[in-house]
Amino acid sequence: MSVRRLAKVQPASFAFSKATKAKCDWWIAKYPADRRQSAVIPILWLVQKQEGWCPEPALRAIAELLGMPYIRVLEVATFYTMFMLEPVGSAALIQVCGTTPCMLRGAGELMDVCKKKIGPKDVLSADGRFTWQEVECLGACANAPMAQINDYYFEDLTADSMAQIIDDFAAGKKPKPGSRIGRTSSEPEGGALTLTDPKLYDGSAAKKIKKLPNSDPVTA
Amino acid sequence: MVGILEDKDRIFTNLYGFHDWTLEGAKSRGAWNATRDMLDLGRDWIIANVKNSGLRGRGGAGFGTGLKWSFMPKEVKDRPHYLVVNADESEPGTCKDREIMRHDPQLLIEGCLIASFAMQAHACYIYLRGEYVLERERMEAAVKQAYEAKLIGKNNVHGWDFDVYIHHGAGAYICGEETALLESLEGKKGQPRLKPPFPAGAGLYGCPTTVNNVESIAVVGTILRRGAEWFAGFGRPNNTGTKIMSISGHVNRPCNVEEAMSIPLRQLLEDHCGGVRGGWDNLKAIIPGGSSVPLITREMSETALMDFDSLREMRSGLGTAAVIVMDQSTDLVRAIARISYFYKHESCGQCTPCREGTGWMWRVLERMAVGEADPSEIDLLLEVSTQIEGHTICALGDAAAWPVQGLIRHFRHEIEERISSYRSRRANFAGHAIAAE
Repeated sequence: MSVRRLAKVQPASFAFSKATKAKCDWWIAKYPADRRQSAVIPILWLVQKQEGWCPEPALRAIAELLGMPYIRVLEVATFYTMFMLEPVGSAALIQVCGTTPCMLRGAGELMDVCKKKIGPKDVLSADGRFTWQEVECLGACANAPMAQINDYYFEDLTADSMAQIIDDFAAGKKPKPGSRIGRTSSEPEGGALTLTDPKLYDGSAAKKIKKLPNSDPVTA
Repeated sequence: MVGILEDKDRIFTNLYGFHDWTLEGAKSRGAWNATRDMLDLGRDWIIANVKNSGLRGRGGAGFGTGLKWSFMPKEVKDRPHYLVVNADESEPGTCKDREIMRHDPQLLIEGCLIASFAMQAHACYIYLRGEYVLERERMEAAVKQAYEAKLIGKNNVHGWDFDVYIHHGAGAYICGEETALLESLEGKKGQPRLKPPFPAGAGLYGCPTTVNNVESIAVVGTILRRGAEWFAGFGRPNNTGTKIMSISGHVNRPCNVEEAMSIPLRQLLEDHCGGVRGGWDNLKAIIPGGSSVPLITREMSETALMDFDSLREMRSGLGTAAVIVMDQSTDLVRAIARISYFYKHESCGQCTPCREGTGWMWRVLERMAVGEADPSEIDLLLEVSTQIEGHTICALGDAAAWPVQGLIRHFRHEIEERISSYRSRRANFAGHAIAAE
């Protein structure tokens, strides 16, 4: 378990923006009418997108919106580690995966770069523009080491490419997510060894199947 | 040809995203072909064929998918039925469902329709891990396309009213456990439920529910199109089919690849990943099925087959077929300590053995990684791990214990050497740290 508490300094109030409110309604409509509480995680996420983090007055507003006790929203916000309970860097929130598959391929070096360029982990940088964290497996292990930065995955990183990405964010640029060694996704580096048969992609698979296998009526 | 499986027999033909992921592209590769005919053949036909294919759940536990479906009530009474797809892919080493969702989402949506029809569900929730933002955007877009083409929704071309909803979590490994996932989907903390009642009796909102992994659902359409025997023709009996395997760590070219079950582990690494970094002899250990399963040694990896039975005989497991390779340069104690940290971080805190035990094991392993421990603590650690295993509501306790047990089983000598070299460096050895934390 990780111990997570709300920030000491909190804003006085919170209001849903029009766009956020519209998205909240869209989420709530996905669940049965008497199960609005199901939308609590997606709505906390929307609030985080709006505010950059999850302030306490917002949790109260969500409780009211979903008709659930405040304590239940607080429980959820503190249980799930993607909810930032205090303000994070305005330019970039960098979450470096540190679990074993990434660790084996050099996640430690990425974190050294972050430490050097930004400062200690989990602490907002002095200029308020960067926060970096070590997080648990992000599920992109074949592209290790990697980091999630402001929503998207940056993969196949090295100390140099990590430094470059941080510099780009610092300069106000928007570096493109994805592999830093030219891979499309998780094919082997240098090119795919499988899925090379052109017949897979000539449209022949779309020809209507006349009769499915094993579809004869069973006769005694 | 590399590996065993031929391209013509691959289900996920856009695994790497080189081709069009949209509905049109997916259709050209065979998705949604004859789906209506499958539904017309009836529920029993679908379940029987999925059973005959030998498909076992791809999320780690390996329970028969067709059998699981047959546990749902035969008739819909006062409570609706639900299908919930577990897309909370978080097991360290595993990165396969991600590729399905961002590159072949229509296969998943088609599978959802077929499975839901077979279980008389009119609604399906797909629960993605919160970190998969791109994958979620892709899935939302794909679902929208399927609605617009009337493949799903009310009065669709398949004659079975059916809604798919994308839901997401917010960074909790435990939500990959099916009942924790249901709790989370209901808007609560992800703490696993006691079973029974099983989800098939009382799952989401107290209604009959089946939870399946993304890959298990996404392969169903192709299995029915090509025949149960076709799928059952790959791999050994009881371990049939094709499977996406994720290879990470110290290989020359880590990747995802769809292969035939029961492919020799060594062949998998050498054919698809360019082999172990520095050659086979440089291999130290392999975790063959995601971080929860015990590691195996190089000697064992020599003969291991990538299937449930072969790896179980080695007291490990296939899990999600996420192969984590570690070469001779690896500090194994530290690597496993990091896995222990992971479980400590992800324990939901509900059961005492897991909440307290995972942290305790991590702290002891951290000391052992430096050598600052007593040799007797190795047995103590083993003993404590068996006290956690089997004494918790869900399997996270087991999953935290197994990697530690695997380390001690095969590499006890490394820990012992670490301890003695630490001591030999100190002239004055002032007692030993007792594991009293």
